[in-house]
Amino acid sequence: MRTLFTLLIACTLVACATTETTSQPPAAVEDRAPRTATPGATAQPAPGQSVTGVDLTGKPAATGAAALKDPNNILSKRSVYYEFDKFDVKDEYRPMIEAHARYLRENGTTRMLVQGNTDERGSREYNVALGQRRSESVKRMLILLGGREDQIEAVSLGEEKPRATGSNEEAWAQNRRSDMRYPGEY
Amino acid sequence: MRTLLAAALCSFAACSAHAQLSIEITGAGAQRTPIAIAPFPGEAALPTGASASISSIVRADLERSGLFRGLEVPALVPRPTEASSVNYAEWKSRLADALVLGSVSARPDGRFEVRFRLHDVVKQAAIGGVAYTMTREQVRATAHRIADYVYEKITGERGVFSTRIAYVVKRGTRFELQIADADGASEQAMLVSEEPIISPAWSPNGRRIAYVSFQNKKPIVYVQDVEVPKQNIVANFKGSNSAPAWSPDGSRLAVVLSRDGNSQIYLINPDGSNSRRLSNSSGIDTEPYFSPDGQWIYFTSDRGGSPQIYRMPAAGGEAQRVTFEGSYNVSPRISPDGKSLAYIMRNGGKFQVALLDLTTRQVQILTDSDLDESPSFAPNGRQILLATVIGGRGVLSAVSADGRIKQRLTVTAGDVREPAWGPLVQ
Repeated sequence: MRTLFTLLIACTLVACATTETTSQPPAAVEDRAPRTATPGATAQPAPGQSVTGVDLTGKPAATGAAALKDPNNILSKRSVYYEFDKFDVKDEYRPMIEAHARYLRENGTTRMLVQGNTDERGSREYNVALGQRRSESVKRMLILLGGREDQIEAVSLGEEKPRATGSNEEAWAQNRRSDMRYPGEY
Repeated sequence: MRTLLAAALCSFAACSAHAQLSIEITGAGAQRTPIAIAPFPGEAALPTGASASISSIVRADLERSGLFRGLEVPALVPRPTEASSVNYAEWKSRLADALVLGSVSARPDGRFEVRFRLHDVVKQAAIGGVAYTMTREQVRATAHRIADYVYEKITGERGVFSTRIAYVVKRGTRFELQIADADGASEQAMLVSEEPIISPAWSPNGRRIAYVSFQNKKPIVYVQDVEVPKQNIVANFKGSNSAPAWSPDGSRLAVVLSRDGNSQIYLINPDGSNSRRLSNSSGIDTEPYFSPDGQWIYFTSDRGGSPQIYRMPAAGGEAQRVTFEGSYNVSPRISPDGKSLAYIMRNGGKFQVALLDLTTRQVQILTDSDLDESPSFAPNGRQILLATVIGGRGVLSAVSADGRIKQRLTVTAGDVREPAWGPLVQ
């Protein structure tokens, strides 16, 4: 962990040089933001703040990896939620997925793991397959929007790693989910 | 990596001390054969670990089947052995239909000889008996073999008391793949992990178990020798790898891979070589299970819009739909005689074990619980082991194939799930 932080700080300096050219993408996100269901993600990062890190593969970032962790940046949003036994990505998640697709395109060496999850009901193995359909649907959209096939792995955790415990609709809704994760986050 | 895996594995000795499964019978067959099993002279000297004697283990085994009722046997003087002459009228007056008499004697080489004779009290005749030589460690195994013998002589079917079961226990954040005797005794951990373990499947010879572990943050299929704490990767392709099922000859595994997009069924060698795609649908195909003759693979698919059970030739080819009632039918398991199909059916919001007679097409719901999963036939087809939830906790349950006899198996301080009944011991 300490090594990671050191790397992050060291690379910040390198990355800062590219601030001017990479502050554009978050602005595009802002334009679409009103249509998202996550208003917290709409604030535009102040210039210079968007480039303060590095992607965790160790390569200097073209677009700042810090944006991934900035709660005001749509890139910090990672989760797509689903209806029961459904795997289609609702329109409200499109701006978020577009932002990540752009991030992948602009950071060609970055990889992403998409993890699909289900609620606890039904067969564990069927749920592994259902979670896989969910993560695949996110992966396909990311590729359509500019990510590369070899950057993205879609996997399923089925019902095995619930975010919310409890056997009620509120918990189940939390667990019917795909998460987009970058190296170091899983 | 290798070091990590080794650390994740738990030695047999270290893990066998956990609380074992305890079994509670919650129903019984309508007709139970009353059987008297007299204490075996000499058995008190044997170690059993659970303060149980050979005769009491035999009795508990037979009673657990739901087909026998053990009778209390008074202290007789002299204590009868397999060599005693039997006064059938006396045992008939005690209402016994069957009688087991036996003895245990120490041999000069430190081992023990166990002999018994089974009598049909109604027909007033001895109908068989066996002598076993055993070590001190084989007391339970010997008792299970005696129970198997008695069960088969009287019911005409193979007994399964000598078989083992596998299951997963979740204790806190820890997942343990456990193996135990069919009566829940002698629990041993095959694998302990901080990440989930699902879908254990016994190889047909009972020596290996295939399972799915999430220890690398995604589902990967492993095979592990029951006696050797070493994981062998079978399928670790891009995407998810899951749902292993052995072919009846043990030479191939059916697995579900998402390497080409959706979850589809593939055949693969147990060493991970020679993988070949078998199913070809645009939806989910999962939970493959071979028919006992190896000709068919039953599986779950949502190709028709809702998850239903289908079958296809194991060599590949067109699939036929098998289940039609209901909107959610999953987890197909064919009975050992190939005549019926157990699966999980969503029945008005409840998930229950259903049994489909493949000849008459009749469906019977066997359980009255709400959240049943993972049915697994006993190798004689008499009972189905399953996972369910009672009081918010995962427990194992067993139901007879006619739905009459129910048992519950629980462990202290843990969730139990993913049971798999092992094959008959040769």
